[in-house]
Amino acid sequence: MKIALLGNPNTGKSSVFNLLTGMRQHVGNFPGVTVDKKSGSILLENEKAELIDFPGTYSIYPRSRDERVVYKSLCDKNNPDYPDAVFVVVDASNLERNLLLFSQVYDLQLPIVMLLNMTDLAIKRNKRYNVEELRELFPEAKIIETNARAGTGKQRILEAAENIPQRHGHSIIENYSPAPIDDHHAQDEEANHRFKKIKDVMHLIEEKLEQKHDFSRKVDRIIVHPVLGYLIFALILLTIFQAIYSFAQIPMDYIDGWFNQFGGWVGSSLPEGVFTDLLSQGIIPGIGGVVVFIPQIALLFFFIAILEETGYLSRVVFIMDRLMRPLGLNGKSVVPLLSSVACAIPGIMSARTISDWKERTITILVAPLMSCSARIPVYTLLIALVIPDERIWGFMNVRGLVLFGLYALGLISALLIAFILKWLINTKEKGFLLLEMPSYKAPKWSNVGIKVWEKVHVFVLDAGKIILAISIVLWALATYGPTERMKNAEIYANELAIKKNLNGEQTNQLIASEKLESSYMGILGKSIEPVISPLGYDWKIGISLITSFAAREVFVGSMATIYSVQEDGKSNLSLIQKLRREKRKDGSAVYTLASGTSLMVFYVFAMQCMATMAVVKRETKSWKWPLIQLGYMGVLAYLLALVTFNILT
Amino acid sequence: MNKRLSAIKIGELVKVSSVEPSVLKVKLSEMGIVAGRMLEVLYRAPFGDPIAVDVDGYVLSLRLDEADLIHVETKV
Repeated sequence: MKIALLGNPNTGKSSVFNLLTGMRQHVGNFPGVTVDKKSGSILLENEKAELIDFPGTYSIYPRSRDERVVYKSLCDKNNPDYPDAVFVVVDASNLERNLLLFSQVYDLQLPIVMLLNMTDLAIKRNKRYNVEELRELFPEAKIIETNARAGTGKQRILEAAENIPQRHGHSIIENYSPAPIDDHHAQDEEANHRFKKIKDVMHLIEEKLEQKHDFSRKVDRIIVHPVLGYLIFALILLTIFQAIYSFAQIPMDYIDGWFNQFGGWVGSSLPEGVFTDLLSQGIIPGIGGVVVFIPQIALLFFFIAILEETGYLSRVVFIMDRLMRPLGLNGKSVVPLLSSVACAIPGIMSARTISDWKERTITILVAPLMSCSARIPVYTLLIALVIPDERIWGFMNVRGLVLFGLYALGLISALLIAFILKWLINTKEKGFLLLEMPSYKAPKWSNVGIKVWEKVHVFVLDAGKIILAISIVLWALATYGPTERMKNAEIYANELAIKKNLNGEQTNQLIASEKLESSYMGILGKSIEPVISPLGYDWKIGISLITSFAAREVFVGSMATIYSVQEDGKSNLSLIQKLRREKRKDGSAVYTLASGTSLMVFYVFAMQCMATMAVVKRETKSWKWPLIQLGYMGVLAYLLALVTFNILT
Repeated sequence: MNKRLSAIKIGELVKVSSVEPSVLKVKLSEMGIVAGRMLEVLYRAPFGDPIAVDVDGYVLSLRLDEADLIHVETKV
């Protein structure tokens, strides 16, 4: 049996869904849209029913691209998601408005159960509802009172699901058939008609005692205050950002270390050969490269879930709307964009809260421009290499200024590109706000937990597959090369090591360096040299540019291997010394202010993170957008690095 | 007195008389903004836009250009 779960936004629909399905949820696809189809199984007496969670809507008629699934699934009997029955969650403290959607679905002749939820809130607001009257108004529906947050009503809902009454044709609007999906005029007439009918009987259904408003309104005066409001928001953002940045570090280091050890152990325990290498150097580090993102994702979504559950997020939109709108962004874009300064992956995943497709897509497209933490090792190395350690204006450290400049460059370009994209991307839909502001409430921790679990789960399974595949390909390219070449490289390295009197450690580094140069990756690096030399780079940088396509921080390790230097943690002293001595064919230094800065600018803009691309693909349900992203960021990176190199030379 | 919702002061209670025919009309209707509905402007965002309005029991935030579409009667 397939049951559709519908309801207005902010009616506690997710609490109901979680209450009924617990951990038996999974995320799938509604064809043609980017909305996730969340479904779960309910255990009934005789069978397992599938509960499909539809987006919260005020009516069956869509107000955005994503909401079209509701109309399509309910009005077309041949639609694969056409349900056998419907649960509609109704907010008891807001009956009149909620009855629009309910009466529409009722009139569609689907077997229907009303879950009269948030009964506690109704009481708090001094509203008394009359269930018997509701039953008389909708005789063919089953009406159940619930309080999903408190967990009450589950048994009754399950019993109702086992006994949903058949339909015999009763409807509120006689001979009802839904208006065409794009006929706004007919839909408007219907809404007016329905509200008239509902208003006529409201005095029977609901008794409003002396109006008591909850404290939400008083709190809102502070939350939307011109000064305090932004201050509070800035503080909250800072906390989230700091938390992700610092608390994620420890588990991330631990995961990194564990996978390294495990890979090494497998490598030495299994018999030598290609398969062992694939496992210990390709697959295991590849999986590690996926798992390492989990702490950041979990932390970000923990905070976002709290913001959503408490109702604060709609206030964020309220105070940010005026600022974000001219850029084609939504008030909700602030959280994804700022989170991307820590890591774009959870940032982009959190853009899901933006309901307008265009605003969501633009946010996702520009998020990687916010300099993420993976760029820091690259910036650190290059700044130490080419930027003088001096002070200007008496106190400002030049190096710090450059670092700040790089971040500012990322932020400003993100906003500029958003502005440009707003004009480039064409949609028929005009943006609008019309946002309901729910009462503040304490977060329901089980909802928060389930949300975090869901996000992590989806990332590991969907994006994870892509990341793993790409990292294996890159590993293979860097490890294997034309057989003759590879053999000669090793021989050459050994001879050179003897000539230079190197010890065991140094010999190994030299062998690794020569092998990388002879591998397919090395050949690739050499072949792109003519393309990157106008930017001031040579083929060695070329190799690192390609390897760090996997992840930006790989740049440092890759450089260390090419120059056969031991990676010595964060100071990079030996690497920097080696790099300083590198000379081109004409005798000039490779790493100069011009080439170093050009490289830094390249890293501000280039899309060098396969994990990000995998996530963008997942969130936009198509390869089109990650490829566009790769393209526009690549072009920007190339042109701006070129300009930088030429200006500074 | 007939005015548009965007011109109403904070705290004033008004009644919806009509909504401008527009793409948004149906969306406003579905959220309960139909002729006869009582509205009260509660507060505004820092730049005066958007505004938060009590729609007979729940709070709706609207941009000024959206509020502009709503014709209301004030009680004189």
